[in-house]
Amino acid sequence: MTMKTDIQCTVFDENDEYSLKELCSTCRVHTQFIQDLIDEGILSPRGTQPQEYRFTAVEIRRIQISIRLQSDLRINLPGTALALDLLEQIEELKRSKQQLERLYALKKY
Amino acid sequence: MEFKDYYTTLDIDRSATQNEIKRAYRKLARKFHPDVNKDADAEQRFKEIGEAYEVLQDAEKRKAYDKFGKDWEAGQEFKPPPDWDKDFAFHGGGYTENNAADFSDFFESLFGARKNGAGADSYTGYGQNYRGSGQDLHAKVVISLEDSYAGTKQSITLQRQSMNEAGQLITQPHTLQITLPKGVTEGQQIRLAGQGAEGIGEGSSGDLFLEIAFRKHPHFTPSKRDILLTLPISPWEAALGGTVPVPTLGGKVKLSIPAGSQTGRKLRLKGRGLATAANKGDQYVTLAIMVPVAQTDAEKELFRNMEKSMPFNPRSNLGV
Repeated sequence: MTMKTDIQCTVFDENDEYSLKELCSTCRVHTQFIQDLIDEGILSPRGTQPQEYRFTAVEIRRIQISIRLQSDLRINLPGTALALDLLEQIEELKRSKQQLERLYALKKY
Repeated sequence: MEFKDYYTTLDIDRSATQNEIKRAYRKLARKFHPDVNKDADAEQRFKEIGEAYEVLQDAEKRKAYDKFGKDWEAGQEFKPPPDWDKDFAFHGGGYTENNAADFSDFFESLFGARKNGAGADSYTGYGQNYRGSGQDLHAKVVISLEDSYAGTKQSITLQRQSMNEAGQLITQPHTLQITLPKGVTEGQQIRLAGQGAEGIGEGSSGDLFLEIAFRKHPHFTPSKRDILLTLPISPWEAALGGTVPVPTLGGKVKLSIPAGSQTGRKLRLKGRGLATAANKGDQYVTLAIMVPVAQTDAEKELFRNMEKSMPFNPRSNLGV
């Protein structure tokens, strides 16, 4: 077993901004793929021209999920956009549900 | 090694047609895709479904697999007979798909090991290898809210494939010590450059992406960097107001409750959530009034006194 210590981590934080080029190399995708995601509303960078685009690092996750949903489940782009939105809604609902369950759990005492 | 019943995995009969197999696979793949299904075992199920489909969708492999048929049950100790596959076209091994990194030992003993050098530890179905560089790996790291609050060191073990000196592909456990900074949130990605699969030939190694997941906390619910808590209070604390202790990730703090509060009232403890150098979350406290059970006569008398001296209709908005 190999053991390595103190690996350098990059945390993708909402304050980090990425250019189109940086984003493509991080996610190993072509610029056209990113442009397609923008046109579908999956990504919303600051700036109007590709050279000016600034993406927040949290969008990397949306790109990765998009790639996986498309290749693993053969979902097209509009379907991917819908799935991402629904997944976010589910997360929100789960949080509310957990809060309510905790409120009702109190009533047992 | 255990025998795997691919028909059970896809929940189909041994007589299923190729179309039925495809339909069953697609349905289950959607259900257990790890991006969609957050259950802890979803990723494992997704891999098993993919492996079962890889065999059953291919007429030759299915025929070969069916030779074992009814004599075996899932989980039974299994060793393939020598030369069992000699009549079939895939003799000598080799996958048809490129996402076969995660197939089981059982699969490999029957259909051969993977030929190329880039392997992934997870559910990546996409194998874009640019310039022969190693694949990016994706994995989840599960931590507690306290770990995120204070920052933490975690050790994670991945199964990585690499070439040994003899040019053979070997799978080895690989342990990484990582330091997670304060204030990471659910779903946040962390990149460990160069810690992905090894490249082929001169190609550079891929990156390892870790996704943060939180273990369920008994009291706190995280919402990005905010922390939600339901706080029980007494009827007199609600009616008269007062200062009560509240647990936070950073320890006990005091919260003042305004007089006349009701269940559901939300109060904010600023800056008491998860925090990085630049971003600070808050803790949101939702009040829940708990009514004590009146047991003694004296206690019951107190409630009767309230009934008599405090005109109150909690159902007035229902019109009754």
